[in-house]
Amino acid sequence: MADASLQTGKNTTLAHIAYVLKDNPVTLVAFAMLAFFLGCAFFGPALVPYDPLATNAENALQPPSWAHWFGTDNLGRDVFSRVIVATRLDLTISVAAVALSFVIGSILGSIAGYWGGWLDAVLNRFLDTIMAFPLFVLAMGVVAALGNTVENIIYATAIINIPFYARLVRAEVNIRRNAGFAQAAKLAGNSDLRVLAVHIFPNALPPMMVQVSLNLGWAILNAAGLSFIGLGVRPPTPEWGIMVAEGANFIVSGEWWLAVFPGLWLMLAVFTFNLLGDGLRDMVDPRKRT
Amino acid sequence: MGTSSRRDFLKMSGGVMGAAVLPFLKAIPASAASSEVLVAVTGQTINSLDLHRTGTNRASYQVAVNCYDRLVSFGTKAAPGGGLSYDYSVIEPELAESWTISDDGLTMTFKLKPNATFWDGTKVTAEDVKWSYDRAVSVGGFPTVQMKAGGLERPDQFVAVDEETFVITLDRPSKLTLPDLAVPVPFIINSAVAKANATDEDPWAMEYLHTTPAGSGAYKVAMWQQGQQLVYERNDAWVGGPLPAFQRVILREVPSPATRRALIERGDVQMSFNIPNKDASELDAMDGVEVYSTPIENCIHCLCPNFEFEPFQDANVRKALAYAIPYEAIFQAAAYGRGAPMWGGDAEMNDIAWPRKSPYMTDMDKAKEHMAMSGFADGFEVPLSISLGLADWMEPTALLLQEAFAQIGIKTEIDKIPGANWRTAALVDKRLPLHLENFGGWLNTPDYYFFWAYKKGHLFNSSNYLNEEIETLVDDTLHIAMDDPAYAPNIKRMFEIAFEDLPRIPLWQPALNVAMNGATDYEFWFHRQLDIRPIKTASA
Amino acid sequence: MTTRTKMILGRMAQALPVVAGVIVISFVLTRALPGDPAAYFAGPAADEASIAEIREALGLDKPLIQQFFFYVGDLLRGDLGTALSTGQPVMADLAARLPASLELTLVALLLSCAVAIPLGVLAATRPGTWVDHLCRVLVTAGVSMPTFFTGIVLIYIFYYLAGIAPSPLGRLDFIYLPPPHVTGFYLIDAALAGDWSTWVGALKQLILPACTLALFTLAPIARMTRAAMLSALSSDFIRTARAAGLGQRKVLYGYAFRNALLPVITTLGMVFSFTLGANVLVEKVFAWPGIGSYAVEALVVSDYAAMQGFVFAMALLFVCLNLIIDIAYALIDPRIGLS
Repeated sequence: MADASLQTGKNTTLAHIAYVLKDNPVTLVAFAMLAFFLGCAFFGPALVPYDPLATNAENALQPPSWAHWFGTDNLGRDVFSRVIVATRLDLTISVAAVALSFVIGSILGSIAGYWGGWLDAVLNRFLDTIMAFPLFVLAMGVVAALGNTVENIIYATAIINIPFYARLVRAEVNIRRNAGFAQAAKLAGNSDLRVLAVHIFPNALPPMMVQVSLNLGWAILNAAGLSFIGLGVRPPTPEWGIMVAEGANFIVSGEWWLAVFPGLWLMLAVFTFNLLGDGLRDMVDPRKRT
Repeated sequence: MGTSSRRDFLKMSGGVMGAAVLPFLKAIPASAASSEVLVAVTGQTINSLDLHRTGTNRASYQVAVNCYDRLVSFGTKAAPGGGLSYDYSVIEPELAESWTISDDGLTMTFKLKPNATFWDGTKVTAEDVKWSYDRAVSVGGFPTVQMKAGGLERPDQFVAVDEETFVITLDRPSKLTLPDLAVPVPFIINSAVAKANATDEDPWAMEYLHTTPAGSGAYKVAMWQQGQQLVYERNDAWVGGPLPAFQRVILREVPSPATRRALIERGDVQMSFNIPNKDASELDAMDGVEVYSTPIENCIHCLCPNFEFEPFQDANVRKALAYAIPYEAIFQAAAYGRGAPMWGGDAEMNDIAWPRKSPYMTDMDKAKEHMAMSGFADGFEVPLSISLGLADWMEPTALLLQEAFAQIGIKTEIDKIPGANWRTAALVDKRLPLHLENFGGWLNTPDYYFFWAYKKGHLFNSSNYLNEEIETLVDDTLHIAMDDPAYAPNIKRMFEIAFEDLPRIPLWQPALNVAMNGATDYEFWFHRQLDIRPIKTASA
Repeated sequence: MTTRTKMILGRMAQALPVVAGVIVISFVLTRALPGDPAAYFAGPAADEASIAEIREALGLDKPLIQQFFFYVGDLLRGDLGTALSTGQPVMADLAARLPASLELTLVALLLSCAVAIPLGVLAATRPGTWVDHLCRVLVTAGVSMPTFFTGIVLIYIFYYLAGIAPSPLGRLDFIYLPPPHVTGFYLIDAALAGDWSTWVGALKQLILPACTLALFTLAPIARMTRAAMLSALSSDFIRTARAAGLGQRKVLYGYAFRNALLPVITTLGMVFSFTLGANVLVEKVFAWPGIGSYAVEALVVSDYAAMQGFVFAMALLFVCLNLIIDIAYALIDPRIGLS
């Protein structure tokens, strides 16, 4: 299967990516949107028209206008500036959480898959235990117990994602640990660790990439959910989830812009990551290569 | 379930929907608005039908109000914010027909109404009153503490002389005793029913009364589905007051404020209890919806600097805080102008009206001056703590405070604390350096407020404030009558010290907002819970 | 003992350490929550003594290890303790609320399957076309919205503006009485009692929250259906079937779909347990008296017993669900050969 993918030359990979992008307009759009969000994250704070934290009581709850594209909130803060500035924090939360679970999950999964035995059994039961928790409630519990800081939201999101990666890596490593190329590498004098890290583990990467992009979106939703319960980042830090959650109470009274714009932005970001997942899968799917 | 049956199921539901939706929707508001049934919504949950039980939350106190009687009750007056309010200065009979107080103020004798009966038809006797009072002072926790505030501490203080005569003996006379008999706590239970359901481990029938009230009150509980609804059914034999208008009252719990707002606005419910300030100010402007915003007596939203935190031991820093606060902006952004301002009052004490405006107002120059005079001219950092459960007013307040304090060099970080931890951190451990607080006293006198909020070690003194003069003043004043010559000077002195020392910086007096659409005659009570007895249909 | 019984017993044995792990972790997690439940539940004006009294009554004055053994002991006797926040035994709370959540989740999943599976099949038969892309964009959009946001928007549009949905007041409008309790599922109970107006009333209350959840669950089901159908359609036996001249319908539904069902059912199981845990937010918006909102309330006030009971019940449910999926596997997989 994907074992061969590593040996493929760089040029063919690029050509393949170009092919997939051309073949699949949705993926192309997703990549364009990703670029847009990354742009917001890097340059947004420098470009926004207002200070996202500055209140202005006289100018509270103004509908969208040329001066305030997304209107103002109940303290007169500019919603557009807050939405754009929040991009960095939201992407940071999701990327950091996913990176953390990726690393920990990979290590755990590799160990269990390569050495097997009681290590594998213990790890499997441990992962089952985490999976048996209602995951969102587990995240809530972790944040409530540790306190609602950005770091803790990242940890909580990472913890509930670890089983997915560990399982994936374990399965991929397990079926390959006795494969011919792994045996050959071992016979050539490589240590177990080296065989595992350099020869076997990379094979798990393609399916994991898909998982990563899906989880990036999920992590944003998770943080938003925590905010809705009141366990999100601290005010006055702008964050999409908290803006939607607080704005939701204003919808019925007619101030729809408070929730709708951050909600739209959040949705677009999650949407982008989810579509990327499909695109990435197409890129790494060997059946598409011929 | 197979694919075919699933398809059938969906087909069926589609058909039913199409046929039934429209006619039914017309029917719902019509039936809800009937003059016999009141539908009210609230965001709080009722967790017990017995106020005396450990862990009973505030929302549940309304069951004690609506389903049980006390010996006495408070009168009614016009409320400052429109509508009606209870009247602290008038004590009216409820189960008692009359009462006398001995000249030394130590013996109170109550005559019960001879025709008062419990729901099961048995007569309300002095023995029931004694059993209920014994229970309140014996079970511990909140009821016992509240009874103690009125000087009611031990069962031997209560004697049932005959079937209709009940006597209370006090250790010392207190102006708080009679009002304390009118708070929700000393409610009268059908002791025969309770005793029949008591056990050796549970002599006060806590388990039974928790789910099955046994009283003589205006309403019985027809159904209680915890977390969903409480259905009250009128007791037509009630003698505690005029017979309520509604035969049946359905109280639904709806956690989302947006949903509650939609319901009252569309008229699908007739009453929404305790609505956010913003909804109150907007619904008020609408036709059809009537909003009552009553400033809560003896309650002030405060900013509390903790004396255990070093910079706040400096009086200049505390005054700098008081001058830096953007009072008006906070009052508009957090309270939407509902309630009463508590800043910019006269420096001179001409009266003892309470709650009283502080002499401070927003004045950045003065604030900076005080900061410069303090030992912390370079500023400092401090967490500003708020409660997650009260975030609707605390969060905007904190955000504006944060911005203002930054201008005088005090850097704050807003810390949201969940419910269980809030009580522990703010009130029990008293370890929050700077926080918002909202204590309100049930018994409406300033000395009662000071007793709880300014005396060292008392629960609501979350600033760890200690002033020897306040300690003696409160002790001396708490039980003397309000027309005692020492009363007014003592109170004035307390105000002076409080505004000079500023352990609590008053922000505003909050309001309790209630929206009605199709019902009227809402009455505000100090316990801030829904008293459904006086409510009537608007059309009638 | 047949192989199948053996397999089921083996599965159950595997579940034991998981349940044990859940008990330990949930105990540790609840005790790590900040705050002192005794102080919280002592009431608005409690003094030191009454807080201490309550702490003792709750057994919180004992060392943690001892508390843990008490908890396990109670659990073995089937006693989950009393939830302070609701004042009810946790068991009674869960029994009253679990059916509400299950009913909502199941209806949502039915709805979701009814839309997602045909979409997935449709996309798989036309991979790479605009139909495929449109399906993908649609279901992805659904999963990209936070559920509480979708819920409030739906209420705003269908209840507040259009007035065609009933008031979002939980499981049943106040003009109906709940049907006599048999299963706790209002739709089933009302049907059993023959009370069709209540049945319709319950269904109407279900529609908006179920749609909210269904929107969120479309994507995984549709995606998995598409992928499974694609791989089934490109496999040898389909090629053989086509070569043998079997009709397109027969090939699609008789062979490919039956094979594709396996992974779809696995996904359904995962989606179900995930949704049951995640409908916390939807329950809050629709005043739905389910276990999700119960858990949130319990968590915020550090109600240990309620929290532990909730997690325990969910873990048991998860384990049972996995068991059911395994059995379903055996029933559907033609290789195990039931027919």
